[in-house]
Amino acid sequence: MTYRTILSTLVGAVLCGALITSANASEYMIVDGTIPASLTGKPGDPDAGKQTAIHRQKGNCLACHVMPVPEEQFHGEIGPDLSDVGSNYSEAELRLRLVDPKALNPDTIMPAFLKVPTSEVHKKFKGKTILSAQEVEDIVAYLMTLKGSYSQ
Amino acid sequence: MKYTKYVASAAGLLGLGALLVACSPAEPKLESGYDFATPETQAMQDDDFSNPGFMWVDIGAEEWATVDGEAGKSCESCHGDLSTMKGVTTSYPKYNADDKKMRALQHQINNCRTEQMKAKAWKWESDQMLGMSAIIKNQSKGMPLNVSIKGEAAPFYEKGKEFYFQRRGTLDMACKHCHIDYPGVKIRAEVLSNGLPNGFPTYRLKWQKLGSLHRRFRGCNSNIRAEPYERGSEEYTNLELFLTHRANGVAVESPSVRK
Repeated sequence: MTYRTILSTLVGAVLCGALITSANASEYMIVDGTIPASLTGKPGDPDAGKQTAIHRQKGNCLACHVMPVPEEQFHGEIGPDLSDVGSNYSEAELRLRLVDPKALNPDTIMPAFLKVPTSEVHKKFKGKTILSAQEVEDIVAYLMTLKGSYSQ
Repeated sequence: MKYTKYVASAAGLLGLGALLVACSPAEPKLESGYDFATPETQAMQDDDFSNPGFMWVDIGAEEWATVDGEAGKSCESCHGDLSTMKGVTTSYPKYNADDKKMRALQHQINNCRTEQMKAKAWKWESDQMLGMSAIIKNQSKGMPLNVSIKGEAAPFYEKGKEFYFQRRGTLDMACKHCHIDYPGVKIRAEVLSNGLPNGFPTYRLKWQKLGSLHRRFRGCNSNIRAEPYERGSEEYTNLELFLTHRANGVAVESPSVRK
């Protein structure tokens, strides 16, 4: 849990902005629809990020998004196609969209991957976030590599 | 001149009408899950001989005439032929004054068993209960659902509606996020539907079995990592009331076939 200590120090150094803390999750600050600072202070690993994104019990991104991942069949169509997402968004924008998309659109279907859910959570998952802070960083790093078009 | 005026006001009225229609918040006409299914699945449902749900309908037919319990009665002893059940289930769940809450068809069947027949209640997901609810609902096949949410039923409808719009589970989704916001859209290999109850109990290919609506609720809740409720619970019965009212006018298909 060393990343949290590092993060607290980083966050503490910043004077303004909205500081969000949720139990057992990371601390982060939202600035103009983004989370500018890394959640861990450690660079994301795009290869690990791809695996986490595809994993059905983790990111499960393919449930709702088309992605340039031809080895996996049946990409969902609920959210936007992510094939060119690295050209359209910054790292800081993507970070908030993964951590807490409802901060941008309160009615969105997209889950918050780094918030502890509170409503009628299954006993197996109580108190747990979907991803860890490092897994979010890894997925952000992976998404930043997606620049181009892709058809299924 | 007079004529031109008429045309002008008619056009004005038409414009107003179009504006009203455009501004109406009502959802587009809701469609049965059948309309979202593949032609293969539809064909399986269309033919009673290829619809595997009819294996349970046969169980129901046998149970209808089987004497059980200390009163020495069968369903047939009181109700006569199964055809007397035509149209009955289109108004379920129904408020019951003794229970002071809603009864789904399964509650009513078990009430008949314990009170009239002096027989043991069936488990919600037992073959007998699935079969009996399938064959009774099948008597109303093709008839429009028509539940009431007036009077005593009103507060239960409100609770069901609240459930439907409440976010829950780790994925923090409400029923409405899939079934109002994205019907017809693919979630991985599945096509989301309006989430209507008109085909239940349904033979689900994934289950390889006939299953109840409340079983499906439990599956949905578990998928979003929410704590599921018991089959037959008040929460799920109120949700069934909300869904059935949402589906009022849609034809009964029980037992349907779904992916």
